[in-house]
Amino acid sequence: METLNFRFENGTRKIGLRPELVGVVSSGNLEVLIEPVDLGGACSVEIKTAARGFGAIWEAVIGDFHKRWQLADTRIAINDMGATPAVVSLRLDQAVESMVEER
Amino acid sequence: MSATDQVWNRRQHNRNDRLLRASNALGDTLTGKLLPATRIADLLYAVLESGDRVCLEGNNQKQADFLSKALAALDPTRVHDLHMLFSVLALPEHLDIFEKGIASKLDFSFSGPQSGRLAKLASAGKLNIGAIHTYLELFGRYFIDLTPRVALVAAQAADRHGNLYTGPNTEDTPAIVEATAFSGGIVIVQVNEIVDVLPRIDIPADWVSFVVKAPTPHYIEPLFTRDPALISEVQVLMAMMAIKGIYAEYGVQRLNHGIGFDTAAIELILPTYGESLGLRGKICKHWALNPHPALIPAIEAGFVESVHSFGSEMGMENYIRARPDIFFVGPDGSMRSNRALSQTAGHYACDMFIGSTLQIDLQGNSSTATLGRIAGFGGAPNMGADARGRRHASATWLKAGQQARAGKNTIPRGQKLVVQTVETFREHMQPAFVDKLDAWQLAEQANMPIPPVMIYGDDVTHILTEEGIANLLLCRSDEEREQAIRGVAGYTPVGLARDKRMVENLRDRGIIRRAEDLGIDKRLATRDLLAAKNMKDLVRASGGLYNPPKRFRNW
Repeated sequence: METLNFRFENGTRKIGLRPELVGVVSSGNLEVLIEPVDLGGACSVEIKTAARGFGAIWEAVIGDFHKRWQLADTRIAINDMGATPAVVSLRLDQAVESMVEER
Repeated sequence: MSATDQVWNRRQHNRNDRLLRASNALGDTLTGKLLPATRIADLLYAVLESGDRVCLEGNNQKQADFLSKALAALDPTRVHDLHMLFSVLALPEHLDIFEKGIASKLDFSFSGPQSGRLAKLASAGKLNIGAIHTYLELFGRYFIDLTPRVALVAAQAADRHGNLYTGPNTEDTPAIVEATAFSGGIVIVQVNEIVDVLPRIDIPADWVSFVVKAPTPHYIEPLFTRDPALISEVQVLMAMMAIKGIYAEYGVQRLNHGIGFDTAAIELILPTYGESLGLRGKICKHWALNPHPALIPAIEAGFVESVHSFGSEMGMENYIRARPDIFFVGPDGSMRSNRALSQTAGHYACDMFIGSTLQIDLQGNSSTATLGRIAGFGGAPNMGADARGRRHASATWLKAGQQARAGKNTIPRGQKLVVQTVETFREHMQPAFVDKLDAWQLAEQANMPIPPVMIYGDDVTHILTEEGIANLLLCRSDEEREQAIRGVAGYTPVGLARDKRMVENLRDRGIIRRAEDLGIDKRLATRDLLAAKNMKDLVRASGGLYNPPKRFRNW
């Protein structure tokens, strides 16, 4: 088990008020909880992953995700069971797309 | 010696000698061409000569398994140094023949399940590989310099004269039998049954030397059945990008699909996503394809006009019989496949091939070779290659050719679309994009003259990943091409080493297109988009006509 934390300041887009839980905790998959929290305009991401040694890839995946969405006051918690970057990005984009629209 | 002294019919004499030896050995257990299974070893000893070139029918589906076992059981002091020819080396007995010393030389096309053991036997010096071929190449050589002296093949049924019914799984049989029978060779056939009247005659009796009813029906592998339950949402997303970004863009009407889950996903969202884009009647009308169960919903929805097949697929027989406008069926109502002809169709008469791979390098070369396995090629390279001999035009072919040639001072010519579809990481986080293919190392290990490349980079026109589509036709330099590939290689080391500015420039020029550039709503990329979500749905879509093999019945 490895825990990774990322924080991006000065987001520009807020999300809906209802927290969203997507995905499942099963092999090759992941569970993502996204919720609005007052973080002074920041977006925080905490990842608990079963696969060790992929910190650099997570940093790149989450960095690109932030570049796409520029979320503000958002807390994202990820339980990962060895999902590929493709699955991670798709799950995040699918969840956030609905939440941004909801506002 | 004058010309008149020259003997011109040695092969015919030799065939007659072999037939006489067989007749002496079998005595009155031989009825016409029919012999009992218990005498198969006597027949093989009588007709085989050490050093013979022997074609043993192993296709990627149908296997002459009884004859394989019989050959592998021979005494290597009596028969040895055979030169074996296989389309597909699939059964353990195929390699037992070499391990026991009955055969020493091998020419083949594909070795799938035996690829690991084949590599071991090759490095132990137990066999000498002539070459690894594509199917069409190997069939071609049967008529040039690898003509079999003896062919051991499989058919569904024979009549008492030795006429054969090969039925839906005709596959490679016509090519093998023709090359052997018309060059003074011996054709031995195992059949599942002997009947008074055949449904139709696929191979006439005078091309056949001996027929034996095998104790059990020949083995058939259901190689093209993909359970929709195993298709992932990433595969659905990639299928959406394929349809909108390539099929619709080029109006692809004539095509071939690989056998993976990526292409099964495309087949399964034609009636949903394809329909929503108004593409019925505009794409995917004519196919060179085995009867994939995953194609049933698209056929039922009216997308498909015709399908010609390399082989058949278990459980599809009744469905095919009920859709004779779509499939190639005989007057008897059952399908006839033909690998040589369908490969030719896929090469010359299709405008697109799309399939998956294991590794792609920076030039776009793609390979399924991995270390310690000599897997071969099968038919994919015949599909996944521009047909340099093609002369007829189609809108799709012309558009691809124009994109490749724009701004160059060349005569107008089209090009085939060759699409490689891969997720950037395979299972266990193995990157699909690499600086150097494993094929190089394999070539060194196995002493091959060239690395075994499945699809050459200069034939690949598009690379599709979950990150987007790279259109290599539009690249104007090697550097652009490399960055286009890096630009869809995701978070693999190859992808992370991209020149970000150049990739953004390629994106502005439409050389790289992301899902959002194509106007694709990623929220639709769920399994709900699949017209069939499991095997039972496929049965339902077929109106109960599709009858899946037991191992796919999970209800």
